[in-house]
Amino acid sequence: MSFRALERAGVERAADTAVTMVEALQQALDDALERDPQVLLLGEDIGRNGGVFRVTDGLQLRHGAQRVLDMPIAEAGTVGLAVGLCLAGYRPVVEIQFDSFSYPALEQIATHVARYRWRTNGAVAMRMVIRLPFGGGVRAPELHSDSPEALFCHLPGLRVLCPSTPADAFELLGWAIASDDPVIFMEPKRLYRGTRMPLPGAQPGEGPPGARIVCSGTDVTLVSYGASVPTCAAAAEALAAEGISIELVDLRSLWPLDSETVLDSVRRTHRCLIVHEAPQSCGVGAELAALVGEHALHDLHAPPLRVVGPDAPFPLFALEDDYLPSAERVATAARRLVGF
Amino acid sequence: MIDVTAEAAPEAAASERVAAAADDDLLLLRQMLLLRAYDERAVTLQRQGRLSAYPMFWGEEGIQAGALAAVRESDWLFPTYRQNALPVLRGAPPEQVLSYFNGDPRGLLDPRRYACAPQCVPVATQIPHAVGWAWGRANAGSDDVAVVFFGDGATSEGDFHEGVNLAGVLRAPVVLLCTNNGWAISTPVARQTAAKAIVDKAAGYGIVGVQVDGFDARAVRDVVAVAAERARAGAGPTLVEATCYRIGPHATADDPARYRDPAVAETWRAHEPVARLADSLLARGLLTEDELELERANAHARMVEASERLAAQGPVDRRRLIEHVHVEPPPLLEAQLGGRTA
Repeated sequence: MSFRALERAGVERAADTAVTMVEALQQALDDALERDPQVLLLGEDIGRNGGVFRVTDGLQLRHGAQRVLDMPIAEAGTVGLAVGLCLAGYRPVVEIQFDSFSYPALEQIATHVARYRWRTNGAVAMRMVIRLPFGGGVRAPELHSDSPEALFCHLPGLRVLCPSTPADAFELLGWAIASDDPVIFMEPKRLYRGTRMPLPGAQPGEGPPGARIVCSGTDVTLVSYGASVPTCAAAAEALAAEGISIELVDLRSLWPLDSETVLDSVRRTHRCLIVHEAPQSCGVGAELAALVGEHALHDLHAPPLRVVGPDAPFPLFALEDDYLPSAERVATAARRLVGF
Repeated sequence: MIDVTAEAAPEAAASERVAAAADDDLLLLRQMLLLRAYDERAVTLQRQGRLSAYPMFWGEEGIQAGALAAVRESDWLFPTYRQNALPVLRGAPPEQVLSYFNGDPRGLLDPRRYACAPQCVPVATQIPHAVGWAWGRANAGSDDVAVVFFGDGATSEGDFHEGVNLAGVLRAPVVLLCTNNGWAISTPVARQTAAKAIVDKAAGYGIVGVQVDGFDARAVRDVVAVAAERARAGAGPTLVEATCYRIGPHATADDPARYRDPAVAETWRAHEPVARLADSLLARGLLTEDELELERANAHARMVEASERLAAQGPVDRRRLIEHVHVEPPPLLEAQLGGRTA
């Protein structure tokens, strides 16, 4: 039972109650619906069913079917509808059920969501969030495990956010909904229920979210995001035992990149290892490697390396553990950098 | 055809109703003459090398002005590039609208000012926008409606299906106005759909469909007025198919002789809506030849003046490259404008 359901049952949530990422997202949506009457939720099965991952569990009951709208199976239509709602002054939050189901909506996202402000000389904002559960590792059917974030990073006009903890999920989603720019909100579904932690305060953070230093270190900067962050943390722990000190940077914002935090870290450690599960070529890692190469070349003791997914479709799940970056692959690459 | 004017004022004396209808028709004709003058001027400017490719709408003035005459100023319009002059009918300076076809970002308008969305380039994608806007306004307690324009070719697109389906499911107050001019560049409508008529598609979405002669501006106005009032009253969307013929090319760069018999297109000129309405008003004695000529000359003069102002526009500020992409240009974009990468 979610904490929201517990509250409905009259159980008060203590401020320090530890919650999962699903519950954190639900709380952020609930708060936004409560705070701003212009916020609407749209998606498939998000109402009575509470969403296939239960992120919107109970929200329709609490806020009504005019604010939490069950949509037909029509991702392009739903995102297009959200564009019209933005024109009418709303702040729609669209749930796309799975990563790959965003592909039918790509035209609306590329040609309208990303460009409408630009096309109207700034007169009309697309105050829209598109939530996208993404990534593998959950033994899902074909086309339920993709990592399409680079597609969205490549569309000027969007912001792309990705939390890796319940607290960040809460804070970043609150910020995204309050933002006047359209935000693609990547939710690492593998982390939906893995860890629990207490939530920060109720208000969205000031200013666009930057990267977060998960742990400080001196030998190698690991740059990652989403479900690869805990993988990197596990690698960092193993490497610490060998005397290799890792600084782990969780990007949180995939576009724009917090280049200052990344470059500052790399200039101190002199080594950079980038980890994500999306395919290698033209991915976020490629941009990071270029950034480090262009702006920190003389600080580097070794070339930037990437531990990423291969340029192949995400496999049927019998092979997904071979596709996903593992702590072992990360640790091996880090040792290579130190021994370069 | 339903006489909405008569319905709207049953208490008025018959002669007053006739006078009011005549006034409405004269205003409608004036708007159509303005559209005609704009369209012909734009083609001239393009031929002179003062505008880039331009999608003309010669022969579709009756659908556009007719629809506009049927709705309120607060009702939003969702046009394609072929209805690019709609904001002019709502007071936008013609030179500003034309400057879009000069590649000038100052030709991008504020949709709120003219209750008109930007002309939509990707075919059919504006349909769900109109549905979302209309549902949203109704949800906020307004009785404003949306009119979304699209062509016969758009009905083959997925966004037509998703948008019209959503309009039906949400009972959105929207008029779905299809200009069936028979051609999508070189593709005839028989190659778009096996349906006998576009309007037949309405049944599949559980909504009302009406077919109207798109060369008859008054008929379009009356049909759209009924559809808009239905929407306003909460009775949901209507698919209106306005049939006509694309007498001109798709755009200035198109050569229809490659794919259709020019003689056939010429036969349709006899049906064009501006002369049709003017002839009717002349025949009824509501307009004289001199008055008509004066109206034409006024519209033409307005557009010639507009093209002079267009020519006088200064260069575009380079900063516009990164402006309005985000609320505030992120530091990266500022750097990129200066030739850097971070």
